[in-house]
Amino acid sequence: MSQKAGRQSVLFDPPPYLTSAATVVGPMEGRGPLGDDFDLVYRDLYINQKSFEAAERKMLQEACSLALEKRNIKLNDIDYFLAGDLLNQITVSGYSAAELGLPFFGLYGACSTLTLALSWGAMLVAGGFAQNVLAATSSHNCCAERQFRYPTEYGFQRPRQAQWTVTGAAAAVISAAGESPRIAAVTTGKVIDLGEKDALNLGAAMAPAAASTLIRHFLDLQRAPDYYDLIVTGDLGQIGSGILRKLLARSGYFMEENYNDCGLMIYNPELQQVEAGGSGCACSGVVVLGHLYRRMKAGELNRVLVVSTGALHSPTTLGQGDSIPGVAHAVALEI
Amino acid sequence: MPAVPEELNIGYEEYRELAEREKPAPPLVRNALTAFISGGAICVLGQAIQNGFIALGLNPEDAANPTVAAVILLASLLTGLGLFDRLARFAGAGLAVPVTGFANSVTSAALEFKKEGLVLGIGSRMFSLAGTVILFGVITAFVVGLISAIF
Repeated sequence: MSQKAGRQSVLFDPPPYLTSAATVVGPMEGRGPLGDDFDLVYRDLYINQKSFEAAERKMLQEACSLALEKRNIKLNDIDYFLAGDLLNQITVSGYSAAELGLPFFGLYGACSTLTLALSWGAMLVAGGFAQNVLAATSSHNCCAERQFRYPTEYGFQRPRQAQWTVTGAAAAVISAAGESPRIAAVTTGKVIDLGEKDALNLGAAMAPAAASTLIRHFLDLQRAPDYYDLIVTGDLGQIGSGILRKLLARSGYFMEENYNDCGLMIYNPELQQVEAGGSGCACSGVVVLGHLYRRMKAGELNRVLVVSTGALHSPTTLGQGDSIPGVAHAVALEI
Repeated sequence: MPAVPEELNIGYEEYRELAEREKPAPPLVRNALTAFISGGAICVLGQAIQNGFIALGLNPEDAANPTVAAVILLASLLTGLGLFDRLARFAGAGLAVPVTGFANSVTSAALEFKKEGLVLGIGSRMFSLAGTVILFGVITAFVVGLISAIF
């Protein structure tokens, strides 16, 4: 029986279980308002490794082991490892896959990787191609800064629309049998480029993609925003989430109290200087699999729609004057 | 320009206008003030260092070079200690425009690429940010020198 719903969505029958989730974060995220909801907080950005890149790999591997340990799942029971990160050639994921020794699908969706991996994982399980899938993503502030912008110690005045890349890693196990929450539906987003060229204003580059995916999700599944207890976008930040509300309102969708953005939840904007909020693969990764996963388990949230957002540019395309394409994928979690 | 998907109820140009409207304006007055104060403070510091060299017996003209070197050293040290980027977030142009900004761009790149080796890391990447200042500085000096030689 086809599980496809509408143009871009899938309504799973039966929905796969998001049976386990684990998160590790860096010092700044640990000091943020959600600090208690992460499994492991590192006090140092190097984590006793020789480079920031090695530190990010360590975090990803740590998140994977924790996700397996929590539900006593053996590495041999995992059919596929799905992972992606922000670094060139997704080396964090590839090197971690080598450590794990699992069949590996490497994904690149920039900061939308969390929902990209959860979507693929859920489809693999629901399609009968796997019993258990390990899905993971990570980002490290210093690696991302160096690759996309300037050396980490380079001093410059960050504009108000700039966002702060989250240091952390998140991993989840998606299973055919297990514990709730379940992945009820997914909507795969289109890549949309509406001409934004400011690499320090990624919220504006990604907001149209988030709006498009959300509208398609509502149309495909014939749902209204109030179907969900909470709708979160990945890392649109202050500017992008404001634009998203306006874009949705133009199409007749109004999101009020039940909407938030992971980039606005992870830091304390008054005390932590992050300008427009957090960003990076780990932003929605740790907020959803750390904070929201726990709220769902505790019965405080029953239906959550996660829309991770990614900007698919590189320093080369920016240098050549091209604008920044955005993408967003939606995953509906239900208890 | 790429097509706007039908579910988005907005045109390309209209979105550009919306995005520009939503982009926060930089706090120009505050930035100018902090740059004026921090840039001025660096000049005062530089003058104090120069006066120190003069007191040690250098004549004012000879004291200029070691003064610049001392400020570069200080900025590089602050970069290595991880303090420069924090100061620059407040000071902005006040730290970027004087020689401190140049020193920071070189030192931060050197620190960043140290892990890729002495030759291919530090050697080839150290001036990745500062190279443009050097290139256009040399060209400008050449053009100015040519003009002064002719007239």
